[in-house]
Amino acid sequence: MSVLGEALGRRVPDPARRVRRIEPTRRRLPLTLHDLRELWTYHELLFFLVWRDVKVKYKQTAIGASWAILVPFTQMVLFTVIFNRALHVKSEYHVPYPLFSYTALLPWMYFQSCLGASSMSIVGNQNLITKVWFPRLLIPLAAVFAPVLDFLLAFCVLVGMFVWYGRTPHWHAVVIPVFLLLALLTAFGVGLWLSALNVRYRDIPYALPFLTQIWFFGTPVLWGITAVKPSTQRLLGLNPMTGVIDGFRWSVLGRGLPHYTLYAESLGIGLVILISGLWYFRRVERYFADLI
Amino acid sequence: MGDFAIRAEGLAKQYRIGQMHSSVDTLRDHVVHSLRNLRSERRPRETIWALDGVSFEAREGEALGIIGRNGAGKTTLLRLLSRITEPTKGYADVRGRVGSLLEVGTGFHAELTGRENIFLNGAILGMRRAEIVRKYDEIVEFAGVETFIDTPVKRYSSGMFVRLAFSVAAHLEPEILIVDEVLSVGDAEFQKRCLGKMESFGRSGRTVLFVSHSMPIVARLCPRLLLLDRGRLVADGPAESVIGQYLHGEHGTATRQEWSDPATAPGDEYVRLRSARVVDASGATSDVVDVADEVGIEIGFDLLKSDLAVFPWIDIYSEGGQHVFSAMDTDPVWQEQREPGRYVSTAWIPDHLLNDGTLHVTVSVKSPLLGRKPWRHAEVESALTFQVVEQSEGATARGHFAGRIGGPVRPLLRWTTRSGSTADEPLVAHPSGE
Repeated sequence: MSVLGEALGRRVPDPARRVRRIEPTRRRLPLTLHDLRELWTYHELLFFLVWRDVKVKYKQTAIGASWAILVPFTQMVLFTVIFNRALHVKSEYHVPYPLFSYTALLPWMYFQSCLGASSMSIVGNQNLITKVWFPRLLIPLAAVFAPVLDFLLAFCVLVGMFVWYGRTPHWHAVVIPVFLLLALLTAFGVGLWLSALNVRYRDIPYALPFLTQIWFFGTPVLWGITAVKPSTQRLLGLNPMTGVIDGFRWSVLGRGLPHYTLYAESLGIGLVILISGLWYFRRVERYFADLI
Repeated sequence: MGDFAIRAEGLAKQYRIGQMHSSVDTLRDHVVHSLRNLRSERRPRETIWALDGVSFEAREGEALGIIGRNGAGKTTLLRLLSRITEPTKGYADVRGRVGSLLEVGTGFHAELTGRENIFLNGAILGMRRAEIVRKYDEIVEFAGVETFIDTPVKRYSSGMFVRLAFSVAAHLEPEILIVDEVLSVGDAEFQKRCLGKMESFGRSGRTVLFVSHSMPIVARLCPRLLLLDRGRLVADGPAESVIGQYLHGEHGTATRQEWSDPATAPGDEYVRLRSARVVDASGATSDVVDVADEVGIEIGFDLLKSDLAVFPWIDIYSEGGQHVFSAMDTDPVWQEQREPGRYVSTAWIPDHLLNDGTLHVTVSVKSPLLGRKPWRHAEVESALTFQVVEQSEGATARGHFAGRIGGPVRPLLRWTTRSGSTADEPLVAHPSGE
């Protein structure tokens, strides 16, 4: 207790004197206030983990970060040729199909790389997990922050496409971060499940390509939500990425009406995944070092 | 001061057999297992207690060493106290921040430069960015890698890598530092600096928990030791006595041997060995001796017939089995035939002769054979084991050197030096008569 603290007659928590009890956990809540405080004291480590992932990602590649642009751009071209030109899939509100699909590909690619990164995150950092303690949540958390950079790079292409098509952004664009946040939240929730499950069941890397593929086709990336009946829309809302992508399109392209119920539904489901993911992750994290 | 830094109460950790190392079970295994369990009644899985009810207390500013064989639970204990894994039972109260150093270079990334790794590793070990910035120059200087600081560490030599990694860790300033066997890396010069750093760490009132297989280093850093055996705490006390107890259990040999039955005692019709001991200057049985102290090897034997001259003999071997020296009692009385009876001889090994480490003693009683190897009447190989440690502060052959000094002996020699200008001083001194 510091002198000042004593003078004020109040306990000032001095980290050098605080006693921590190490014992078998009997935890009820997935995340207590104390856990949040602890996470906060390690926020710099989160920064360094993200920074490391970003820095290392394109090391020793010939074209480096250009991959972050090249991949979604090529996908957009392919999708336009196959789905729009050959199969006559239509965009919504007469938006050029390349622009239409690219706006959806951005959050989708972000989401997909988050899943890939977070599913391997705990196992991939086993040298840390088995040798040093820090809040384990930082690892899957870093895995959803690092791909944000790729997202931003790919976003520059979107700006270029706006110029190409002679469009001006709509004021809706101010809510883009909200939908990015929703994507991050969903990715983090799913990532918590995948990263923790992968410690025990190494099936995850095999199952993940299936999962993302099915998810991709169940998400309105190639097509628009207005292409299906309202009742089906409601059903699609159970997929939190539907809300993310539709909302992203709405805010970027500035066409159509916002589907508030859809966003609310997606947010709700996203939170359910996140909270259940937190619950599972926190329940098994104490065995990580023993199981890895 | 005087408060506890760590207080463990009945700490225990249970592992399922096979869980300790790799357990890559797949979902399918799990499903199959569950189905099987549905049919047959649930069988408890085989478990082991890696740590079984360990209680101890470390005071603030204390340097506590933990020794024990492989699998005794040393690392498990450190992992529990570092919060890497959770105890199955019991608890430990820990006051202040804990820095654990279970490996050198945790979280180093080969693709990142030295500078980048200092920041990454520092953050992983629990340092704040501002703290790392403040100590950055010191860290780089301590590691001695200034010229390569912007090179990816994958291009570093292993020595440079270790130096940099340890340097970051050495600048960690937690209240409690947990160290597992990391001082055994690096070259001697660097080890010296590491040991110095550890010692100053202890002096600054911080608590150190230290695991090592090197008894000399443990004895040097930690006045108090815990001895673990199969997950249990079997000894807790001053370094010398705990090391003695450890060696006793380890090698099945002791610092004291007695053969009470003359019929089965080692020997022949001339001589029977009856006892052997390692003793200190006062004559008390001793497990652990300081390099600065004399140590005696005492041999007790019965001479049964007087028609042969006999003499006692010892051989000292290092832990690695290297023959350090042989010695016999050269007193002329042993060249004569002596009266039957009990003889107790002690060979005094001078101070400042042996290097630190574990030594094994073979004791024997022999007779001279003209022009041939002596005849062995009685011999017990590795009858005794003792430990030479270095705890003394005074002048030893170590001088200002802190790393491991090679060789089985480490004599304190008398050195003389002549000096003068390079032109006048001959390289070889000539006798004055020439």
